[in-house]
Amino acid sequence: MLLLEHDNTDNIGELKKGNRILYLDDVTVSFDGFKALNSLSLTIEYEELRCIIGANGAGKSTMMDVITGKTRPDTGNVVFGQAVDLLKMDEPAIAQIGIGRKFQKPTVFEGHSVFENLELAMKGDKRFFKTLFACMSGEQRDKIEEAMVLIGLKDFYKKEASILSHGQKQWLEIGMLLMQDPKVLLVDEPVAGMTPGEVEKTGQILTDLSKNHSVVVVEHDMEFIRSIAKKVTVLHEGSVLAEGSIKNIQENEKVRKVYLGE
Amino acid sequence: MKTNISLVQQILQKDKGGKIVLLMLFFVVVFVAISNLLIPKDSFFYISTYTVTLLGKYLAFALLALALDLVWGFIGILSLGHGAFFALGGYSMGMYLMRQIGDRGVYGNAELPDFMVFMNLKELPWFWCGFDNFFFAAFMIAFVPALLAFIFGWLAFRSRVTGVYLSIITQALTYALMLAFFRNDMGFGGNNGLTDFKDILGFDLQSDGTRISLLVLSFLALLGGYIVSKYIINSRLGRVCIAIRDTESRVRFLGYKVEQYKLFIFVVSAILAGIAGALYVPQVGIINPSVFSPMFSIELVIWVAIGGRGTLYGAIIGAFIVNYASTYFTSALPEVWLYALGGLFVIVTLFLPKGAVGFIKKLNLKKYTEVSNASS
Repeated sequence: MLLLEHDNTDNIGELKKGNRILYLDDVTVSFDGFKALNSLSLTIEYEELRCIIGANGAGKSTMMDVITGKTRPDTGNVVFGQAVDLLKMDEPAIAQIGIGRKFQKPTVFEGHSVFENLELAMKGDKRFFKTLFACMSGEQRDKIEEAMVLIGLKDFYKKEASILSHGQKQWLEIGMLLMQDPKVLLVDEPVAGMTPGEVEKTGQILTDLSKNHSVVVVEHDMEFIRSIAKKVTVLHEGSVLAEGSIKNIQENEKVRKVYLGE
Repeated sequence: MKTNISLVQQILQKDKGGKIVLLMLFFVVVFVAISNLLIPKDSFFYISTYTVTLLGKYLAFALLALALDLVWGFIGILSLGHGAFFALGGYSMGMYLMRQIGDRGVYGNAELPDFMVFMNLKELPWFWCGFDNFFFAAFMIAFVPALLAFIFGWLAFRSRVTGVYLSIITQALTYALMLAFFRNDMGFGGNNGLTDFKDILGFDLQSDGTRISLLVLSFLALLGGYIVSKYIINSRLGRVCIAIRDTESRVRFLGYKVEQYKLFIFVVSAILAGIAGALYVPQVGIINPSVFSPMFSIELVIWVAIGGRGTLYGAIIGAFIVNYASTYFTSALPEVWLYALGGLFVIVTLFLPKGAVGFIKKLNLKKYTEVSNASS
């Protein structure tokens, strides 16, 4: 068991647009006989904005769980970059190596200010004796400022996160993801419960992010997906049903059958 | 020295409540010390040695409450067995004090404490070795509770035992220790515990000077414990701890090893509790297994709840309020006390969820809004 090994960053390989950053190969997960993922294979490229859609129970959340190390698959491989085996790593190690996840329900630290939330999420040495004597450098402060501008919460930096609106909490979460300097961002239903204005802004934030990161968005809202997506993957019963541009997907017969019952 | 002072100032910078509480305690301690030592006994202003000891005991309890608030208020571990760490520190001190008695015991045996002679032990058990030496004992006061906290915490936190389950295990821990220490063959004096102490570091424990010194030491320990705790809370580590308290799984996803943080805070807290126990024993003059009893540990939680959880100084206030009330009631109306304590807990839980500190803050807020309403 090499659970805690996360020094193999060399194996990520060259990070440039179009290179493979995340690769799921024949992954199967079953809960009491029910196959949540059924030999799922999927490739995500660097600096790509990928939308994943699928009905309830299609395996979207389970897929996220497998990638972040929360759930262990029965069979299959999950590879990060060129050759980092994610199945040998635990949750903190996977977070450290560059996979960030935003949850469906925004879970920010309510008792902390926006600034402190971002500070805690910042990439760095997270062993307890380092944090005991940690001081913030100017560079780190700049990075936090930068993230606050990007998510549009600069005016709130001293405010407790508990007073933020639902949409603002979602953005703060995205900001927290950003602070970890991830290569891949997994974003689970970012616009659920948002006002139209907030949805638009979220789309803008995610598009901006995909210029320097890979962004994987799981979402139900077709309107939203149409507005941001370049490439869409449709999951159905634990495996990929279709993949392609939004136009192709909408015209795809299998998809229409499953979704619209045609 | 100057940098030290400015560091302390920096730590306490935004902590108005803490500064007020500590300053008040400082004046009380100075006042009591002067009134006890310098004012003649027949004067109205004389404060009896009994009161000095009582205050010293409260200060030790306040440090214990502080230790509990550190784990409960800031990282969300409700320990119902913190009395165990307090007792272990106390027993370490008690063992040193027993060795100090020498041949002045009832049996006049220079080699063995009285209770061992009474139980026909031929030689000192191995774990009593070294307790003749004060520095060894002082080391053990911190080391034994820390070791127990480390082993217990390592096992519990690694298996991700949290919430009520963890509380119950801590309760079981202190209960098991109580049963063990009740046994005569454990070599800690059974249910009588350790008592009949004579002196500490060569100073007579009954003399006023020693009592006052212990009082001042207790205050300094509380002050030191407060500053250390405050430093931890103010650091980034402290912010991680509060985040763990609020949303543990989220912290894990950020790449923090939650177990390490819990273990660190738990061990620091156990050491503070151990020191509190070590200060308690010479002032009270006895340590016995009743300190391990789950009742005591639960009462301790009530002190913190009444004072106000998660503020540190609230724990100090709570320890003083409840223990003063306890001293008063147990002599004035002994049969009422337990009901009063229970009632107090219910009232605080229902009406003052943030304890006395929260109540004061609320009053201030009300006053403030009334003033601003009146002016506008």
